[in-house]
Amino acid sequence: MAYSEKLLDHYDNPRNVGSFGKEEDGVGTGLVGAPACGDVMKLQIKVSPEGIIEDAKFKTFGCGSAIASSSLVTEWVKGKTLDEAATIKNTAIAQELALPPVKIHCSILAEDAVKAAIADYRSKSNGLHKKAAE
Amino acid sequence: MSTVQAGRNADEKRPLYFDYQATTPCDPRVLEVMIPWFTEKFGNPHSRNHTYGWEAEDAVETAREQVAAIIGADAKEIVFTSGATESNNLAIKGVARFNKDRKDHIITVNTEHKCVLDTCRHLEQEGFKVTYLPVQANGLIDLKQLEAAITDRTSIVSVMAANNEIGVIQPVAEIGAICRAKGVYFHTDCAQAVGKMALDVNAMNIDLMSISGHKIYGPKGIGALYVRRRPRVRLEASIHGGGQERGMRSGTLPTPLVVGIGEACRIAKAEMDDESARLIKLRDKMWTGLQKKLPEVYLNGDLEHRLPGNLNVSFAFVEGEGLMMGVKDIAVSSGSACTSASLEPSYVLRALGVDAEMAHTSLRLGLGRFTTEADVDFAVDHIADAVTRLRELSPLWEMHQEGIDIKSIQWAEH
Repeated sequence: MAYSEKLLDHYDNPRNVGSFGKEEDGVGTGLVGAPACGDVMKLQIKVSPEGIIEDAKFKTFGCGSAIASSSLVTEWVKGKTLDEAATIKNTAIAQELALPPVKIHCSILAEDAVKAAIADYRSKSNGLHKKAAE
Repeated sequence: MSTVQAGRNADEKRPLYFDYQATTPCDPRVLEVMIPWFTEKFGNPHSRNHTYGWEAEDAVETAREQVAAIIGADAKEIVFTSGATESNNLAIKGVARFNKDRKDHIITVNTEHKCVLDTCRHLEQEGFKVTYLPVQANGLIDLKQLEAAITDRTSIVSVMAANNEIGVIQPVAEIGAICRAKGVYFHTDCAQAVGKMALDVNAMNIDLMSISGHKIYGPKGIGALYVRRRPRVRLEASIHGGGQERGMRSGTLPTPLVVGIGEACRIAKAEMDDESARLIKLRDKMWTGLQKKLPEVYLNGDLEHRLPGNLNVSFAFVEGEGLMMGVKDIAVSSGSACTSASLEPSYVLRALGVDAEMAHTSLRLGLGRFTTEADVDFAVDHIADAVTRLRELSPLWEMHQEGIDIKSIQWAEH
């Protein structure tokens, strides 16, 4: 199976590898997949008070396509609002990396990881707002 | 031609070969004896009327003796086939169908090669009953379970000698003794075992044995089935025609390939003791080297009862297919079947009771005749570098470092 140059580049030189502290202000964490299925993605976003994603980090257990998909979305979410980031579609990821059909699930997982990170951030910040209102 | 060249990299950019359980390069010494049989000595070995046929027949019979010699058989008991897949099909289907009026039960093991398992599945559709024995955590069957599974309806027991994924060697002689005592035929798939371990069809009470050419530095497209003559094993042919191979496998024999498998057996027999000792040394060096450089690596399958040239290692917290992409400079195979459309990890590792998450982290490392110590040193460093890099990328490794038990997390299995 021949992989695209973009995919290989993300695999060889993954962008934004690492972790933020889960309890850090403005951080949302998405952890999707399962070890038993051979794919786990952890994607974290750091959101500014204005609601812009300032930074993103990931760690992925999985095949080259899974690593490249998660690396790519960390680049894509940066600078976007939460609503904009939530519109990232797996089809766009699959197209950008020219994923073969058997690897489409990797792009779906990356989309899910972004959505999970956003949901985590929102649930945490709602909690904060409630506290502030009390 | 120097043998050192075989299996080496004509193009320096090609990866070093560490997949000897998948196939082996044809030994140049084997190729050399094959060549005349393509061109000037092209006769049909079944032609009885002229010298072209006679010389081809002589060559085929010499090869038959060479194949028989490596397993302690008589040349008359060797049937040439297209490979071990055909041999396994012929042995199991042939014996099952021939005996179907009296006996309709087959016993095999759930870590067998797909061509044995799929043949048995097919026979189930024809109405046969099949028992798939489990294996223990080390990959070996429990002889008591085998003994208990045999009934008066059992016609054949099929247990491989050495496993293609994890290299473990089943207690063949003990299985043979049980089968003989119970009066059932014993077939063993020896595609991985011939030339790598001592085999004797009489001492081990083997009734049928499958042999492959391309796993023993011979050509692809040729194999053999040993079929015992005393007491005689009868089977139903699958390929009908001119009645070649004593009616068990019709079709003109491919003389060059037959000569090739014969020479491959001759060389393997002559060199087996030295080569096994050399490979065990290299294999152990590789395993020790990996353990020294990397924490959390686990060997799958028994180390003692194992082919000299096989390692199957789980590199915890790193996914096997992702790892294969990282070890570009060596050619290995993933223990997991993820390269196919399926997300299922190796059924062999699962049968050992290896967790799905660990089964996803395994590589099969195969060493062989042309593997050098320098190759092993290179591979150990290369694998260790890739695993270390990918662990830095792995959220599971991070959790492990933080002391989080991965099993305690509620994963959403997809």
